[in-house]
Amino acid sequence: MATDPKLETLKVEFKRNPMMPWPFRINRVKRETEDTFTIELQPSGDLEEFQFQPGQFNMLYVYGVGEIPISISGDPLQPRVLVHTTRAVGTVTKAMAKLRRGDIIGIRGPFGKPWPIENAVGQDIVFVAGGIGLAPLRPALYEVVEQRERFGKVVLLYGTRTPADVLFRQELEHWRARFDLEVFVTVDRAMSGWKGNVGVVTTLIPRAPFDPRNTVAFVCGPEVMMRFTAIELVKRGVNPNTIYVSLERNMKCAIGLCGHCQFGSYFVCKDGPVFPYSVIKDLLVKWEL
Amino acid sequence: MEDLQRILAEHKFFKGLQQEYLDLIVGCASNVRFDAGQKIFSEGEEANQFYLIRTGKVAIELKAPGQREIILETLQEGDILGWSWLIPPYFWHYDGKALELTRMIAMDGKCLRSKCEQDHDLGYELLKRFSSIIVQRFEATRLQLLDVYGDRS
Amino acid sequence: MSAYILERKHFDTLLEALRERNYTIIAPVVKNNAIVLDEVTSVTQLPIGWTDEQSNGSYRLVKTDEPTVFQFAVGPQSVKRFLFPPIQKLFVTQKHSKGSNLSGSSEQGERKKKYAFLGIRPCELQAMKIQDRVFLEGPFVDPVYQMKRKDAFIIVVNCTRAGGTCFCTSMGSGPKANDGFDIALTEMYEQNQHYFVLESGSDRGEAMLKELKQGKEADGRVQRAGDRCQKAAEEMKKKIDITNLKDLLMQQVEHPQWEKVGSRCLSCANCTLVCPTCFCATVEDVTELSGATADRIRKWDSCFTLEFSYIHGGSVRTSVKSRYRQWVLHKLSTWVDQFGTYGCVGCGRCITWCPVGIDITEEVQKIRETSI
Repeated sequence: MATDPKLETLKVEFKRNPMMPWPFRINRVKRETEDTFTIELQPSGDLEEFQFQPGQFNMLYVYGVGEIPISISGDPLQPRVLVHTTRAVGTVTKAMAKLRRGDIIGIRGPFGKPWPIENAVGQDIVFVAGGIGLAPLRPALYEVVEQRERFGKVVLLYGTRTPADVLFRQELEHWRARFDLEVFVTVDRAMSGWKGNVGVVTTLIPRAPFDPRNTVAFVCGPEVMMRFTAIELVKRGVNPNTIYVSLERNMKCAIGLCGHCQFGSYFVCKDGPVFPYSVIKDLLVKWEL
Repeated sequence: MEDLQRILAEHKFFKGLQQEYLDLIVGCASNVRFDAGQKIFSEGEEANQFYLIRTGKVAIELKAPGQREIILETLQEGDILGWSWLIPPYFWHYDGKALELTRMIAMDGKCLRSKCEQDHDLGYELLKRFSSIIVQRFEATRLQLLDVYGDRS
Repeated sequence: MSAYILERKHFDTLLEALRERNYTIIAPVVKNNAIVLDEVTSVTQLPIGWTDEQSNGSYRLVKTDEPTVFQFAVGPQSVKRFLFPPIQKLFVTQKHSKGSNLSGSSEQGERKKKYAFLGIRPCELQAMKIQDRVFLEGPFVDPVYQMKRKDAFIIVVNCTRAGGTCFCTSMGSGPKANDGFDIALTEMYEQNQHYFVLESGSDRGEAMLKELKQGKEADGRVQRAGDRCQKAAEEMKKKIDITNLKDLLMQQVEHPQWEKVGSRCLSCANCTLVCPTCFCATVEDVTELSGATADRIRKWDSCFTLEFSYIHGGSVRTSVKSRYRQWVLHKLSTWVDQFGTYGCVGCGRCITWCPVGIDITEEVQKIRETSI
């Protein structure tokens, strides 16, 4: 079978130019909850694998509609499948939700600084996820579980809106069933009949089984939730230098050249999206910065 | 009795309380247990007790016409349940239900209330502690109100 | 590196030398009542005899009797327009039955032009150096900028007259250029002598100057040119005190002055459009009506627009004050953390072209004097 010369040029262009998307084919579009869906993609052409680190994101291009940043939510040890989970709330994501198996999405990436899992070796890890924030944390959970013996206690605290909005239910139950992982789930509100916790995710922190003096925290969710979570973790005795949050800003180029994602001196796309809380905590409380 | 004394004395809520007050509280404390689904208190009833949850889970619920009951919050091991006994007009504002087998220490609020009227120092100590619980619940409620995971418009 | 004198009547030989080397010459011209940069082939196209009067929110061209060639300050455009085009096609996607096909950036289709910039000011040269750091020295290099920049021949014109809104002395970017150019020229018109002092700043600049048959070896007139630039520096009316400015501004994020200037600012984005260092851009996908092809286009953008900071739920900077503050903080504070220099070169364009005459030097001074 002859190699498509256009693809050869494409491969060279892609390597040279981070503004060029690579076509990926959709394997599956899965509805997770009312407004959240997951797409599983496979690289096309000569590209066989997509390597990334947990916490990084891609720019996804839907032909004729537009391009948006979405965190990668799959297993870094399964690079033949690229997975993204997102809410269908804007023009591009709504168009994406309507795509089907075989359709093409243009991928640029991976971009951004990942969750510093190596910093947590030998320590306890607490993951705090709010809503869709569980998606960018999932790759980190996969990686930690894969090398479980390198870490101390591992705890996942997950808060979401209502029981119907709980993401990745099967996986949560699977993790909870392990003896070496603790999973606590809470919802903001529920109807009678729900036997789980009701209350904001910060209420899970005082009781969570980790040693604050020897803990690294990875926090992801709406900015308000991350702010209050960080405060609660610090109250419990966790060092702000070992609390990491993942920020979100308007992104166009994802390579630190278009200026849109600036947050103080930082470009969220290349200096982040993962930041140590201690570095940005003063910026977080400055309104409209 | 000794067992209750130890549990209460070690709990962070009662930390720093004078021994005579602690003895008083222990004096009106008892072990209680509720099965899964059992009602602990109902909205509108006189509030004469408060509880320290030892094991299990309690749901604070509110009835709204035309809907199933809404769970506002759940409390678990180590949480204090009930402040309506101390703040007038002394009746429960919500329903409380055990979600699973729950064991708690119940304390006689009515008796303590009259003691607080007589001894204001005791009253101040208890109000200090309960107001901080109410503030915590209040701040958590505000976060719930923000509906941070919902559609922002 | 050496200096030469070139009489005015022989000035065209300089352009000839550039043309012989296949450069497309970009120089100031008068167009639409302003002095802008455009392609030229002869010295007659330059703004001979023109000067400008600039002040807060005001720009006027005035014709004089003098035959001077470069007796004006900067116009609304800068070299950025050529190295970082306002609209740039990045690639084209074509849809076909099996999916879509991406074809490379349009730079492959463009005629390869080598630019020679004749008559840019030292402040513009400084702005180019600043943009070099942004586009060439980060983890990602912009291929379009790189291609256009590497062959560019630079002939900078030192300033012998301060413009009405200039403050380059405060930012260390003028009125005389020190390095980064191929040739620097200073125009001297006095006592019926009209000549240019040419100094080379690079090997190829030196080579070109040696070739100029009409060039004469430098004499005492070189010193006079230097003095004239010094005089221009002294004439400059506007100033910014940049002592500790980066930290000062970051600490004054809540200063009430932002609110005051925010109520005047129209968020029209003129300042970002004329600024020679602003680099914010947006990326748009434009589909042809039939849906057969879609172009990915990069366009200049401005942090003054409401949509600039939009994320799901709303924009981060909704108030005009917060957007004005973002621009100033970026230019005079966070730019230092990002790129190691201030982002402002003191060209004064933002002051001249602001419809309500907001003066960045005044605003910063007020904040400094009344810091909370």
